[in-house]
Amino acid sequence: MLRIEYAYWLIAAFLLYTGLRNLRERHVWHAAFWLVLGALFGAGDLVLRQQAAGHPLPAQLAGVGVIVLALLAPRLRRHPHVEDNSTAERLRSAIALGHRLLVPALLIPLVTLLVALFGAYLAIGGHHLFATAQMTLTGLALACVIALFAAARVARAPLHAGLGEGRRLLDAIGWAALLPLLLAALGEVFTRSGVGAAIAALATTWLPTGSALACLITFALGMVLFTIIMGNAFAAFPVMMAGIGLPLLIRQHGADPAILGAMGMLCGYCGTLLTPMAADYNLVPAALLELRSPYGVIRAQVWSALWILAATFVMMWLLVFRFHH
Amino acid sequence: MNYWPLLGIAVIVIGFVLRFNPVLVVVTAAIASGLLAGLTAADLLALLGESFVSSRMLMLFVLTLPAIGLLEHAGLREHAQRWMARLKGLTLARLLIGYLLLRQLLATLGLTGVAGHAQTVRPLLAPMGEAAAAKILPSLDDADRDDLRAVAAATDNIGRFFGEDVFIALGAVLLIQGFYSQHGIELSPLSIALWALPTAIAAFVIQSARIWLYQRRLQRRAAVASIESAT
Repeated sequence: MLRIEYAYWLIAAFLLYTGLRNLRERHVWHAAFWLVLGALFGAGDLVLRQQAAGHPLPAQLAGVGVIVLALLAPRLRRHPHVEDNSTAERLRSAIALGHRLLVPALLIPLVTLLVALFGAYLAIGGHHLFATAQMTLTGLALACVIALFAAARVARAPLHAGLGEGRRLLDAIGWAALLPLLLAALGEVFTRSGVGAAIAALATTWLPTGSALACLITFALGMVLFTIIMGNAFAAFPVMMAGIGLPLLIRQHGADPAILGAMGMLCGYCGTLLTPMAADYNLVPAALLELRSPYGVIRAQVWSALWILAATFVMMWLLVFRFHH
Repeated sequence: MNYWPLLGIAVIVIGFVLRFNPVLVVVTAAIASGLLAGLTAADLLALLGESFVSSRMLMLFVLTLPAIGLLEHAGLREHAQRWMARLKGLTLARLLIGYLLLRQLLATLGLTGVAGHAQTVRPLLAPMGEAAAAKILPSLDDADRDDLRAVAAATDNIGRFFGEDVFIALGAVLLIQGFYSQHGIELSPLSIALWALPTAIAAFVIQSARIWLYQRRLQRRAAVASIESAT
């Protein structure tokens, strides 16, 4: 059975390869960074199993690893990705290969789509081919492997050439690849430290609770601001709901819960478009597309986010008190 | 109420404003917040380690890099650009709005992993967009190219965000339903997802309009450039 853990082991192998290549080229800091990260990926399941069984030592070591990564990150200079062949060479190859080049690239979304749609029905000898947990992502990992084989065939290049190219892209992305995981960890620490409860307590002390509009504005802006701080609307939602949405808007002012929940969450999504803390959507793509400014994607999104927020807020204000329950 | 952990947020804001390395800033904020909340060093380390490895799925995109790197080495981006240049009817706005619609519809069906920055934007959408922009304004410079790639990435994000919240079987809708049922309010997922539709439509209209305005800005610059070269 194909499980998501296999994908993590593949990533670990790729990270260790990247680290070893850097070591051989005497880029010591890069090598150390990718090797530590590769070890964390490879040992991840062990860490989670031991933690669940009440043995915190592996998780504590992983925590030390995270701190080591943070200390190494400033040492990695983001060097732009240099192609080793010239534009003319690539153009010649593009003309010779034509649309065949698109096939492996399109295989990635296509295989992922097929696994997402039909993966649950695939079985060999009564055993399901895919584990149900994270099936789409397992499909994505499988699609990447299939696409690599297809790409090697189309380009008439050996497989390890693909690893070499992938490694150069990864070096170009650098520490930005790591940020989403760290921000998720930060979110956990914030939750455990009671940061959300403290913010909700501060907000409600100043709020004129008799005004439904004032409560709704505070709720919507709170969702946006808290999402900007946490990088994730899912973290903001329970805090704002428990602090303002449920006691004031629903219980006191009779707001419709379905509308308040759905549209309040969407206000948070607008915040996600505005914050470097949502690194996987905003900073990683900037690195992946080799933009010169890490904030280029956010800048391109600001006005869309503000207009969508305004539209959502107006609709919420018009609808949420109409449907008394 | 212990307000000291809020200093973690101050660390984030100051760190980002002073442009320290974001990785270092985030880890420092986590340590500050955790220690100020009274966690022991041992608990904090375990919490950091456990939550870091629990979100490993966020680095899955690196698995696309070998295939994409190999294809780019063999001229994928050059091919996407040449192909785009030949397609006469496909303007920049139509390309990006078409992608937005497709991305949003797929996300509505819960298929968010199918497209993405690594899977589709870098290898296909960005180079095709560059070629479409070059049809309007042949003298694109590096800053223009950065802008265009950023617009392509923004379009992917907006399509994904404001499509996935309409999907009933995962993520946002289930979180909302779960929160309410913990507090004694029972709602069906469908009744929540339904109220995400107005924003989904608004997001599509707003981003499409902004793409169209972006194209018109390029067209105006092209017109000015052609007048200048004529005189």
